Order: sequence, then structure tokens, then C-alpha cells
Amino acid sequence: MKSLEDLARLREEVRERMKVREGAGSVRITVGMGTCGIAAGARDVMAALLDELAKRGLTDVTVTQTGCAGLCEYEPLVEVARPGQPKVTYSYVTPEKIRQIVAQHVVNGQIIGEWVLAAR
Amino acid sequence: MQELALHILDLFRNAVEAGARKVYIAVREDTASDRVEIEVRDDGRGMTPDQVRSACDPFFTTRTTRRVGMGLALLEAAARQAGGDLRIESAPGRGTRVVASFQMSHLDRAPLGDMAATLEVAVANAEVDVEYEHWRDGRVFRFSTRELEEFLGVDARGDPGVLAWVNRYVAEGEKTLELCPAKGSGVAGAGKEVDSR
Repeated sequence: MKSLEDLARLREEVRERMKVREGAGSVRITVGMGTCGIAAGARDVMAALLDELAKRGLTDVTVTQTGCAGLCEYEPLVEVARPGQPKVTYSYVTPEKIRQIVAQHVVNGQIIGEWVLAAR
Repeated sequence: MQELALHILDLFRNAVEAGARKVYIAVREDTASDRVEIEVRDDGRGMTPDQVRSACDPFFTTRTTRRVGMGLALLEAAARQAGGDLRIESAPGRGTRVVASFQMSHLDRAPLGDMAATLEVAVANAEVDVEYEHWRDGRVFRFSTRELEEFLGVDARGDPGVLAWVNRYVAEGEKTLELCPAKGSGVAGAGKEVDSR
């Protein structure tokens, strides 16, 4: 399997990244992964998010999952908490939108207003 | 849900919410008996007999953020409409085992779907050990986060690069079930001979 060949190389890369990650995790992204979120497409949003973070080599981002927040009709929901900015909840997130959220909000700090459900 | 893999992720999330530290996920496909079975077993806090009886009631939930709990009700409906059923075994302090069966050839059976994405998202829950087996007509593909961690030598399951690898590895592994007769695979030894079940 080709991916098994990748694994040895990945081990070295990960060890290097773990050194960089010491005290990191300044941006926190939370994806709603309740039944409603999963049914609305949260799994593929999460996969696209992880792929985008891996491609960009972003080491200071922590990704977590949470259950239903009671706002099922707005799923998939993604919350972005960036130091010095309000916590922003995006609604109806798609794999394409999450890549743009990473580029604009996570990397450049520009909140994408038209997709925001709540900011606090 | 459009895929069985999404139901599996939902069951996995139930296990996480129940405080599980280890979750076993299995898919068993058997052409001869025309059956597909999915199983999620955890070591979480478990349920009382009353909770088990109510678990498939969409208006029952242990959560406080809202008054409905749709996951198991949806899975039970999906199994029944595809000639199968849902079994739940659970006891307080002893974890929960959920098994859903389906008639493989039934027109209303959802496809298995993207298990690679489901496993990637499950493995991202770094606090939970995940063990996965996919059996198809005597062939098996296995994946274990414990094996992965032993190989990496560091706790790096939150690393997007590692999770992307999990996705690729599982996607390749699922394909071997179609290509390699009577062989199994795992992080520690792809292509091992295995006993058929």
C-alpha cells in the first residue's frame, strides 16, 4: 500500500511539527458533530477543514468536535475562536466554504460576515 | 442519512458523549447470506434497561440542550426499511454495543459510503482509541489508532497531516477488500493471511 510507505516519512514530519506545536493552538475551530450536523454534511466539512490545514501546514490551530447545540436547522455549524476577536459561529458551512473560512478568517483574521450566524 | 458510514459516525459520537475511551467499529458484508451488519461497541457509561428501551424513541434523549434524540431512531428506521433490525446491548458502567443489520441487496439499503472520512473524523477525537474492522466475504481490512500511535511514537492524532494519512490509508484499505482475495491488512502488517469468519 502506498500509504504505508508514506507513514515512515510522516513519522519524521510529525515529530518535527510536534516540536513547533509546543504551546501552540492559538486558533480554536469547533465543528458541530451531532446527529443533525452529521446529517447536514458536517463530516465532509471536517474532512475538508483538516485537509486545508494540512495543505497549508498550519500548526497553531486546534480542531475539536461538539454535539448538538439545539440549532439543528443551521447545521453544519462551525465556530472559530481567534485571539483578540469575537467567537464567530458560521452556519450552513460546506466543504468549499470551510476552505475559504480558513484562508480568510483563520489565516488573515477577516471574518466573513455574510456567513455568520452569531458573534460573541 | 445517505450513507451507513454517517450512521457509524453518529454512533461513534454517541460513544464519545458517553465518556468512552475505546470504541470498536465493525462492518461485516456477506454476499452469501445477503447481509450487511454494522457494529459500534464502546466502554462508556452504558445505559439502564429503561434507557435502552427508550433509546430508539426520537423524543427521548439524555441531553439537556434539546428534547429530541434522532440518531438511533433514524438508524432503526433505516435498518427496518432495508429488511434488517437494530439491537442494543448495554448496562451501566459496562458500555454499549449497537448492531444494525440490513439486507445487502435491498433497494432501500443505503450504501456504506465514505468510511475513510468517517474514520478520519473519528480518529480526530484524540482521547478515544478506535479499532476498525471491515469484513467482506472472508476478507478483512483492519485499522487501529493504538498501532498508529505506537508506530508514530508520539501522541499526534490531532495533527491534520496524520488525519489526512488516516483518510488515504483507510480508502486504500477498503479497496484491497475488492482486489486481494483472502488477505487482510493493518498498519503493522498489510497483507497478512487471516482466518475467514
